[in-house]
Amino acid sequence: CAKNTQPTGTPPFEEEFPDLSKHNNHMAKVLTKEIYGKLRDKQTPSGYTLDDVIQTGVDNPGHPFIMTVGCVAGDEESYEVFKDLLDPVISDRHGGYKPTDKHKTDLNHENLKGGDDLDPNYVLSSRVRTGRSIKGFTLPPHNSRGERRIIERLSIEALNSLDGEFKGKYYPLNTMTDAEQEQLIADHFLFDKPVSPLLTCAGMARDWPDGRGIWHNENKTFLVWVNEEDHLRVISMQKGGNMREVFRRFCVGLQKIEEIFKKHNRGFMWNEHLGYILTCPSNLGTGLRGGVHVKLSKLSTHPKFEEILTRLRLQKRGTGGVDTASVGGVFDISNADRLGSSEVEQVQLVVDGVKLMVEMEKKLEKGESIDSMIPAQK
Amino acid sequence: MDFNTQLQYIPTQTQSRFLIRQTENWNFTIQDLTSMASSFTRVISGRNTAVMLAMGAGTLTSGYLLSDNMEAAERRRLYPPSADFPDLRKHNNCMASALTPGIYARLSDKTTPNNWTLDQCIQTGVDNPGHPFIKTVGMVAGDEETYEVFAELFDPVIKDRHNGYDPRTMKHPTDLDASKITSGFFDERYVLSSRVRTGRSIRGLSLPPACTRSERREVERVVVTALAGLKGDLSGRYYSLGDMTEREQQQLIDEHFLFDKPVSPLLTAAGMARDWPDARGIWHNNEKNFLIWINEEDHTRVISMEKGGNMKRVFERFCRGLKQVEHLIQERGWEFMWNERLGYILTCPSNLGTGLRAGVHIRLPLLSKDARFKKILDNLRLQKRGTGGVDTAATGDTFDISNLDRLGKSEVELVQLVIDGVNYLIECEKRLERGQDIKIPSPVPQFRK
Repeated sequence: CAKNTQPTGTPPFEEEFPDLSKHNNHMAKVLTKEIYGKLRDKQTPSGYTLDDVIQTGVDNPGHPFIMTVGCVAGDEESYEVFKDLLDPVISDRHGGYKPTDKHKTDLNHENLKGGDDLDPNYVLSSRVRTGRSIKGFTLPPHNSRGERRIIERLSIEALNSLDGEFKGKYYPLNTMTDAEQEQLIADHFLFDKPVSPLLTCAGMARDWPDGRGIWHNENKTFLVWVNEEDHLRVISMQKGGNMREVFRRFCVGLQKIEEIFKKHNRGFMWNEHLGYILTCPSNLGTGLRGGVHVKLSKLSTHPKFEEILTRLRLQKRGTGGVDTASVGGVFDISNADRLGSSEVEQVQLVVDGVKLMVEMEKKLEKGESIDSMIPAQK
Repeated sequence: MDFNTQLQYIPTQTQSRFLIRQTENWNFTIQDLTSMASSFTRVISGRNTAVMLAMGAGTLTSGYLLSDNMEAAERRRLYPPSADFPDLRKHNNCMASALTPGIYARLSDKTTPNNWTLDQCIQTGVDNPGHPFIKTVGMVAGDEETYEVFAELFDPVIKDRHNGYDPRTMKHPTDLDASKITSGFFDERYVLSSRVRTGRSIRGLSLPPACTRSERREVERVVVTALAGLKGDLSGRYYSLGDMTEREQQQLIDEHFLFDKPVSPLLTAAGMARDWPDARGIWHNNEKNFLIWINEEDHTRVISMEKGGNMKRVFERFCRGLKQVEHLIQERGWEFMWNERLGYILTCPSNLGTGLRAGVHIRLPLLSKDARFKKILDNLRLQKRGTGGVDTAATGDTFDISNLDRLGKSEVELVQLVIDGVNYLIECEKRLERGQDIKIPSPVPQFRK
């Protein structure tokens, strides 16, 4: 039948351009019709397209106060093929990081100064996490069941070959017993099917729980999530303020895992411009969030608290994670930066900054002023 | 062939056949893909290679044919089908009951002309294992051709869902002649409201799980333009979801017209909520008894409703409105998706055929407590729902009673069946009021053979 008004062939890109008039995320700020027109016919070798990259940002207009990224990578090549969009997003998100900048990787824990003497009366626990992607596979928004299963299998092989303080066990999500599940919840280890639309709209919850699981060492101080938001999320943690030890275990464990992968010609995705490649552009660079749960009841009510955090290049969260509020004056304090500084530098900022803030808290408890202690911008 | 050879492939005119070698668990072979132009003239950047992985330890995996259109093949077919077969052991839906590794292997390399794949059809069923009591369908169509290209899976699912209807051998009757309806006026002491709904898809444009933003906007344009041509008691206006004012929104909520962004994972996992609220909207006539949803779960959902028991008038308006809309889109060279095997083509296989749900809100305080209520409904081929819709429970004694079937009987037959059935229920209620006994009716016959 005649279809004189039906679009034939390729619709002009203006027809396809999303309505971002009510949006507030990095993608929406950066994406213009020109960029869209230039990129929308491209795809990565595995078939990931611009529409795929931005879908999560189109579907989640954003929050007036929290600026989300609004785009994800489907594979390593996404950051190349769609650089006209992702470079400005990265610059916006990572403090003006330029396409020509180089990122420094430093996982030598010995380079960290101090960090073993944070006052445990204030610092309740210490934790360092990062993510790693296995080279040659597509990322969680895009991978097929077969790929995801291989990633799981490779990860299990690598993790099961660890020994000493890293000896541990893998718990696949789809076959764990009720008892195992309860234990993992009690240990605060278990991750659940993503419900955040930021993740589900990017396709990261497909086929759940196929290929997903949790590995941890016997001491419960080193933990790896497989196929959640990234191929691997690696976490080192313990109670108290010995961030130095947490970071040591983190670096040593990560490097052991990487060695095993490398021995089998499987590296992690990394390049000298973007550091470690992860699904969300916000986690590029080190992908590292090093932080503590710390009691700052007095300091947190001080009018300069936010400014102190900013100058120290730190951020605060509630103790339930990124979207929560603080309870009982206890805050999660961690590094704000990911890209453009090394792991050691970022953890150093946490160690020095938290030490300073605990001193400030003690001063305020004694009724003294902290004005002379307020740091310059780091 | 050298055991360490990266790959072998023998390209033919339009197809590539290739062998994948695996030396050990960790070594991967690289495959060069012949880059092929798609209907959207995509440019594959830089290297046209994809990493291929083989399964099993030290086995030779033989390659498989790639179709002309390589989009889906490039995206997903990096593994033999057995590597990608979903784990459905904990699943209870029609797709999981019908899908075998053999069917998956045969269909996994196919795509519709719009590049819709089997994995995309079944994603919602993989992500939603289902309910022990309610059997969901577990798969959706991305376009009209889906039902043909993936017939090997859709046909058994259709059979399962539609009482043994066999699309290969049977024809579906379409009949929108409301004058054939008899005794369509219910006792309003029992029936509070009457409603008929269906869906229609615009031929040539992909369905909600698959459509691009431009296709969805085209659906909106085509339908809204046509609706603007309705006159008389059918004339009305359109409210775009993205542009409506707060006041309009509240009004539509109060009238129970407004539909919201889908939250059910059955729909979101099928990609139907993408780009919300772009190109979604609600049209209704000034009399507020003829209503059309645009780009929700289908291209269009058409609803005729009114308070009271005049089902005949509701259906008459339904048919008249549908025919006029169809005429108006045909004037511009468009038509609805329909064929004689499956009737009207909609996103969910459960809505094929008539896509029609005709029902009433009815008070049955005595009958609903009778132990025979369910059997009576079953034999009348009716279903009950709460008055909030498919997932709700009934409040008090008021139920939503509607036809169970969609495919294999015409619209007229189904509406008549609802009318006769509801009249029977009212009769039972009255008899119980008078202290008389009631009878379970003999089962209504299935579709004509």
